[in-house]
Amino acid sequence: MLNNADLAAIWLTLKLATTVTLLLLVLGTPLAYWLAKTRSWWKGPVSAVVTLPLVLPPTVLGFYLLIFMGPQGPLGKLTESLGLGTLPFTFTGLVIASLLYSLPFVVQPIQNAIEAQGRHLGEVAATLRAGPWDSFWHITLPLAKPGIVTATVLGFAHTVGEFGVILMIGGNIPGETRVVSVQIYDHVEALEYARAHWLSAAMLVFSFSVLLALYLLQRRKSADGWRYGPQ
Amino acid sequence: MARNELSSNTITGNFYLPLRQQDGGTENFALDVDFKIPGSGVTGIFGPSGSGKTTLLRCIAGLQPCVTGSLTVNGTPWQQSGNPNRSLAVHERPLGFVFQQPSLFPHLSAKDNLAFARKRASTEVSNEEYDEIVALMGITALLGQRPDTLSGGEQQRVAIARALLVKPRLLLMDEPLAALDQARKREILPYLEKLHRSLDIPILYVSHSVEEIARLADHLLLMRDGRIEQAGSATELMSSADFPVHLGDDLGVLLEAEVIDRDTRWNLLRARVAGAELWVRDSGESLGERIRIRILARDVSLTRTEDQQSSILNRLPMRVRDITPDADPAMVLVRIVPQRFDTIASYTHIIARVTRRSLHQLALEENSPVWAQVKSVAIVR
Repeated sequence: MLNNADLAAIWLTLKLATTVTLLLLVLGTPLAYWLAKTRSWWKGPVSAVVTLPLVLPPTVLGFYLLIFMGPQGPLGKLTESLGLGTLPFTFTGLVIASLLYSLPFVVQPIQNAIEAQGRHLGEVAATLRAGPWDSFWHITLPLAKPGIVTATVLGFAHTVGEFGVILMIGGNIPGETRVVSVQIYDHVEALEYARAHWLSAAMLVFSFSVLLALYLLQRRKSADGWRYGPQ
Repeated sequence: MARNELSSNTITGNFYLPLRQQDGGTENFALDVDFKIPGSGVTGIFGPSGSGKTTLLRCIAGLQPCVTGSLTVNGTPWQQSGNPNRSLAVHERPLGFVFQQPSLFPHLSAKDNLAFARKRASTEVSNEEYDEIVALMGITALLGQRPDTLSGGEQQRVAIARALLVKPRLLLMDEPLAALDQARKREILPYLEKLHRSLDIPILYVSHSVEEIARLADHLLLMRDGRIEQAGSATELMSSADFPVHLGDDLGVLLEAEVIDRDTRWNLLRARVAGAELWVRDSGESLGERIRIRILARDVSLTRTEDQQSSILNRLPMRVRDITPDADPAMVLVRIVPQRFDTIASYTHIIARVTRRSLHQLALEENSPVWAQVKSVAIVR
């Protein structure tokens, strides 16, 4: 079945996906809020950049990141001057790459949820003496909850399913950058189909369960609106 | 009210706000107003749709961005022209706002919606005050429910209670009944009247319904094309024949009256207005009570002699004061005043809307004596 190398890959994958999802929720929510509310000219370019990972081949994204974070790249020079070395082929490098790669999957559901609220309830909150922060925490965020749940699940699942970008900038270092998808690739390269089967099946079941849970959750949410009378 | 109290007990302001149309049309609309409203009672803001009523209310609340102007509410400056730093943000203005569209927070129960306001009130709300407001709006039994399980009228009552719980020093109501059907409107109007009687804060009430304005307003701002056309007491303005907003069948007079007698046999009340007495249907008012009655111009017909055989109870000896054309070329508006009335105050007249042909047949002109038959007199409050 699964050997130690497989288990290490699964552990690494979960660690990466959890870190990336949490960071994306913290960074992506303000970005989504800004995109939903702004009337600035910058909305267009920023939206396009956020959406780019959806359409670019992962190898392109990985290639530029490799250059950017490498010894000659601006970020690479910065990290080296800080005594941190370069980021490619490290877990931190994977986290940064995955942040960009999964960004649209977190930002878009939250942005849609905030846009769907319109301006009215924010104005209502202001007339009830709630300042902008107060209103964000107590009105905007709670009402965006379904969008945030979707964003969490999609961001996590999409990071788990990442392959091309990781191969480009992370390589294949056991315990450091060898995630499940890379491990499966290795098994196939080595013609170890039985072990590739086990891991692939595990990924398939995992992804299906996550998406199923998400849809069931959303159906229950929308059914709430149909319940009448005191609970 | 003494002159020197005016500054501390009025709402004064002016706004200028040019608005470009959303669809890029060339027709320009600009709100350009300068107003002085009494700092107590209900001021109705009345006018046709698109006249800027809601925009004016949003400017007062601070909800409208890019507006220039100034605003002082009962002595406290809320906004100063040319000094954006001295302008209070919406959430810093001690006001309550009741919107036309549903406005309860859908993720909170009715009770939590109220708690949201109470927590942020300008001064602490005691338990007694809380209970009083909840009882005033009659929503005690609804508190546990979520907004989507409440009817439109119930939601609006909770929203009004919520607006009161921030302890506003000015209550702004933007067509609070417009989104409701006729039955729900009738359900809420009594609550609004109670509000009027039991609160001592000024209320600005936007509406395009003559009925609501006649019932609720003490003062009136008439708006058209982004400007204030007339301002003054509600009874006076709503009784003028040259009312600037075309009312058609709703044109009439609004009169203050006093109940002076009760006829229990026929279930009628005798009400005295300046210079005349009228029978009205008894709906439980007490003797000596001040009431407000409305007589529509289309409900008044004119005869040269008293028609004793008529089913119409209210037959009044009057004389013609003046005659003005109606928007409808077949009709004229005849303003009549009591025959035995020496000092003519402008609000004691009645308006009759009759055909031009009848006017000719009766040979009516200024100062002709005439009998007015008033078919229906409505007590509006």
